[in-house]
Amino acid sequence: MHKLLNDTPGEKIMLLGNEAIARGAIEAGVAFATTYPGTPSSEISLNLFQMSQESDLYFEYSPNEKVALEVAAAAANSGLRTFCMMKHVGLNVAADPLMTLAYVGVTGGMVILTADDPSMFSSQNEQDNRYYAKFGNLPMLEPSSVPEAKEMIKQAFDLSEELNQPVLLRTTTRINHSNAFVTFGDMKPMKTKGKFVREPFRCVTVPAVSRQLHVKVLEKMDKAKELAEVSDFNPIQGSGKFGIIVNGVSFYYAQDAVKDLGLGDNTKILRLGFSNPMPEKLIKDFLKDCEKVLMIEEGEPFMEEAVKAFAQEAGIMIPISGKSQALFSRLSEYDPAMVREKMAGFFGIEYTLKEKLSLDNVPEIPMRPPNLCSGCSHRATFYEVKEAGKDMDIICPTDIGCYTLGFLPPLNMGDFVICMGSSVSTACGFGQATDQKVVSFIGDSTFFHSGITGLINAVFNNHNFTLVILENDITAMTGHQPHPGVDMERFGLDGFGRVNIEKLVRTLGVEHVSIVKPFKVKKSIATIREALEYKGVSVIISQEPCALYAKSLKMLKPRAFKVSDKCVDHRDCINTIACPSFYLEDGKVKIDADTCVGCAVCAQICPENAITPLKK
Amino acid sequence: MGTTRLIMVAVGGQGNLLASKVLGEAALISEVPVRMSEIHGMAQRGGVVESAIVFGEATSSIISDCEADILLGFEPAETLRALNRCSKNTKVITNTATLPPFTVSIGKGVYPDVENIKELLKEKCASLVAIDAMKLAKEAGSPMSVNIVLLGALIQSGSLGFTKENVIEAIKRRTKKAFLDKNLKAFELGYEAAQNYGN
Repeated sequence: MHKLLNDTPGEKIMLLGNEAIARGAIEAGVAFATTYPGTPSSEISLNLFQMSQESDLYFEYSPNEKVALEVAAAAANSGLRTFCMMKHVGLNVAADPLMTLAYVGVTGGMVILTADDPSMFSSQNEQDNRYYAKFGNLPMLEPSSVPEAKEMIKQAFDLSEELNQPVLLRTTTRINHSNAFVTFGDMKPMKTKGKFVREPFRCVTVPAVSRQLHVKVLEKMDKAKELAEVSDFNPIQGSGKFGIIVNGVSFYYAQDAVKDLGLGDNTKILRLGFSNPMPEKLIKDFLKDCEKVLMIEEGEPFMEEAVKAFAQEAGIMIPISGKSQALFSRLSEYDPAMVREKMAGFFGIEYTLKEKLSLDNVPEIPMRPPNLCSGCSHRATFYEVKEAGKDMDIICPTDIGCYTLGFLPPLNMGDFVICMGSSVSTACGFGQATDQKVVSFIGDSTFFHSGITGLINAVFNNHNFTLVILENDITAMTGHQPHPGVDMERFGLDGFGRVNIEKLVRTLGVEHVSIVKPFKVKKSIATIREALEYKGVSVIISQEPCALYAKSLKMLKPRAFKVSDKCVDHRDCINTIACPSFYLEDGKVKIDADTCVGCAVCAQICPENAITPLKK
Repeated sequence: MGTTRLIMVAVGGQGNLLASKVLGEAALISEVPVRMSEIHGMAQRGGVVESAIVFGEATSSIISDCEADILLGFEPAETLRALNRCSKNTKVITNTATLPPFTVSIGKGVYPDVENIKELLKEKCASLVAIDAMKLAKEAGSPMSVNIVLLGALIQSGSLGFTKENVIEAIKRRTKKAFLDKNLKAFELGYEAAQNYGN
């Protein structure tokens, strides 16, 4: 049985933050869960997906976050406890249903998790999604630790049912990807089937209805504010004239710093875990007997602006500072030493920074950027497109997935990316705005997510570009989740449909569609050349399973190649495709037989035919 | 109880996340509070993987620059790169078996001399234990056991205050049964190598 399904209250176990959240959802009796995977949230859904195969939990990977939230909205309005999780930028995709679902509300508890990523460990921006709570009128909870995350999601469901309002649970990477001991609690029974009761004057958001609903939302938020005033998630610890208001993981950095700086006797800390709506009375009372207040929050001055406004209303004239040149930045995540240093400065405590080691005589250390894997079919496709179009001035919009790494040398295939699906729509714009040839790249999962509408636009408005769909049969980057084009029997699951990308693309009206098998280099180059020369929209579908995934399924039996004596050191292999299985030994190119999977792309481009199978 | 801050750096695939889990389990058995944070988004794509483990009193789960008490490096150039996390009081334990980054293979960088890396680590930090964990892992029967060899060396240093027995129990609980004998041997070999280092 899945370790998070053990009905063993009191068991103490080391869990990843995301596992703790998944367990918390199960303890809360969640019956319905939807997602589109995105780091740092992916392991929550992975665990729920696994558990759904061993329990009555309904779980689905939806094609994108908007769909996931809409599917979940219906379940939550049928009375089920429903959980929808995504990374922070995913909530942008789901923002349309989010804003009006907040008006409609829910009848079963609904928690929407947004996993923010300060420092952008694996994201394209570091937007602060706390503003969605304020923007959309959603109560919001923010855990400070892994064990608290598990408890918080349970209370988030209760809160949602008390207010009939979806609740936003906001985490950051350091919650999702930290490990700590967690104690299992009781598992609430799951209610797996609901009933939708028709209430058109709540659920059909025509203007006349929505005007009434907006009034109700504000009333719900007034009630939520009363709950925030007395919430256990907004504790005050310590006492004294120095005040600290803090959220999330920064609480522990602040707590350690207070101790390290010997500020324990004259400092009090208010931690806001129930942070929208802000507990106004609690904050005003907290400020009253403070001499000065330090605001510690990663990201934007979300709390700081509210606290300053409360102080103004209450006529409190003390310094309240957070974001400033001298104090905290709006950039990146914080760390314990940074918080200690800023706190010492603000409260006038003498503090000497730890002495840094002199690194003057340390030689330059070669970078170790992430790279496409050995035997990754994307590398082959990039090389072939580059060869096929080498006499053309090409712009390559790309998209979000492993293949974004194709922008690195020596492939250099990737010129523009802003969000999921943008490769297709920006190709329309670049094709129209310039005379350059446009070739864009999108993965299969990303194509299902939000590439299809861009392609419909291209057909309708008669744009001119080539779209390469990299069909590797899986959502690879986030850890091998299924998507609508995947054969679910490979997961040992039946009862799923499957969308065929080629048929879909033809049905959309794309007239020039070709399929390539990227490990057949010459043939692929010829087919791609023909597509590049086509005037109008052409689509190339490059089909080859993800090598990592195929290896894990034992579909791929690695058969390593070697560089033979025929090598005369052109180094075309290293210089053009740069597979990580190559290395240099005494100035000669070699292939690491332990990592080579035998895709044979290098063997096909070696002018001397010097790369040959390694005979066992 | 004080606080001990451990940074582990490795290259994706070297098994440092499993090593963190074993240490976490050992902390549970030894009743030492522990918090761990890891950055592993690109682990499978050959990037650097870092774990921060805080044992004892402190409540933060990450470690600032200059504040690691122990640096455990799974790859010598990565150990050197992590010097910014160290101070002159940091104890360093490193693998000496290299995994040159791909940038070196394509001539976009030069891999530093391993003897020079050792000298620099020794010169700047409180102590150094440098062992060929790959060689010892192979001796134990599996190149996959590099992580456990290094755990052996870490435990030998005594810095975490865990008994050998508790860590062996954690290895039993957290690693695959099929690899258990090899892992236990790897642990012993790492422990011995650290004990004999410099003698």
